[in-house]
Amino acid sequence: MVKTMTQLMTEDGIRCDGRRLDELRNISIKVGVLKNADGSAYIEFGKNKILAGVFGPRDVHPKHMANPDSGILRCRYHMSPFSVTERKNPAPSRREIEISKVIKEALQPAVILKDYPRTVIDVFIEVLQADGGSRCAALDAAAVALADAGIPMRDLVSACAAGKVADRIVLDVNNEEDQEGQADMPVALMPNMGKITLLQLDGMLKPEEFKTCMQTALVGCKRVYEVQRKALMEKYFQNGEQ
Amino acid sequence: MMDVKRRYVIPGDVIATGPLRPEQNVYQDGERMISTCVGISEIFENSVKVIPLTGGYMPKANDLVIGKVIGTSPLSWEFDINSCFVGFLPAQDVFGRDYSPTKDELRQRLDIGDLVATRIANFDRSRDPLLTVQDRDLGKIDSGELVTISPSKVPRLIGKRGSMIQTIEMATKAIITIGQNGWIVISCEDSEGLLKAVEAVKMIDALAHTPNLTERVKSMLGVPDGENNDTIND
Repeated sequence: MVKTMTQLMTEDGIRCDGRRLDELRNISIKVGVLKNADGSAYIEFGKNKILAGVFGPRDVHPKHMANPDSGILRCRYHMSPFSVTERKNPAPSRREIEISKVIKEALQPAVILKDYPRTVIDVFIEVLQADGGSRCAALDAAAVALADAGIPMRDLVSACAAGKVADRIVLDVNNEEDQEGQADMPVALMPNMGKITLLQLDGMLKPEEFKTCMQTALVGCKRVYEVQRKALMEKYFQNGEQ
Repeated sequence: MMDVKRRYVIPGDVIATGPLRPEQNVYQDGERMISTCVGISEIFENSVKVIPLTGGYMPKANDLVIGKVIGTSPLSWEFDINSCFVGFLPAQDVFGRDYSPTKDELRQRLDIGDLVATRIANFDRSRDPLLTVQDRDLGKIDSGELVTISPSKVPRLIGKRGSMIQTIEMATKAIITIGQNGWIVISCEDSEGLLKAVEAVKMIDALAHTPNLTERVKSMLGVPDGENNDTIND
């Protein structure tokens, strides 16, 4: 156990990939990468490479799922067979079904669905390369793709994980830290409204550690928001001066 | 002249705070006026709105739309109106009150794939949009070039009091029918004029949010400055 921890972090708090405790991995987002989708985004979050496409509002099939009072949101998170080192079976796994559900629930408070009765908004997320924290990265891409599709939203959704590695609270847990670390806590935030839409915790934290972890994750979410904002601004306003 | 403040916004941006009326694409959270889409916000004396730069077409009563027949039922045609809802044109609207499904054949008047200029007679949350062709300039479109642009950019194509569209029509001698759903039919006897008009419409779609667009369109069409001084600045 001690051996693993020394591998994950040096004495002076430098992590296995050379980051400081409160440092995010490199993030880049491209908006509108898919011509056939109504809205799309591609995110590189460290070594994660994720594509999100949004269709809709459109007719609901099967029809019985339609809600006469409001639109519905459907979400599919899928990992490509080549996204991990061992080939992944392309059939939806238990984990993918769970992540699809939590991403849907994290996006739902932000999307204004009542304007589109009897319709559906479909969000498709394809993980091309996975490296820990892919649900947060997927959520970030999905939120930008929804905005690109022109779906009315109360706010964007920005997500980032924090965790506990070698007894220290760290921001943006990568794959090794996720596997070997003590806790991983993905958090999604609507930054302008200050509301949390996703909170999961895998591992154990003391109450004070939880508070620190939460604060760290929220700081991360706000930094992710800046990247999302910049990506949208670049796509739509690069030709025009403010 | 009323003072209008404009700004580029994305979903979640607070446009203004205070006792204002939220209009299109604005969500009110207490005193805060929040943008719900990517676009250009405009603050008027007592209201706030956002001109969207992306998004589909949401039907509105009295909008002129161009629809494509996608199917028929015994009593109506179904139209693709570039929206999440299918438009319905009742057979009686075309055949008159003595329409009988046994006597009249819908497809003889409007077949699948036909383009029709229609107006939205009625639409609410509970039912699909009801279309009508009972008006001047409405009905089947026989010739022309269909150009699709983003529905959110239609107001820019029309311009203030129709200035932009007039500029294009005068410079190219084309007749342009604009559907609020982003479908535009351009017809012109001169093929060069048609190509120029199509190019101008596509240019407006691509550069809708940039300032001095009228000047750019004019220079592209080769219209001398000052011929139509009705410029729009946003």
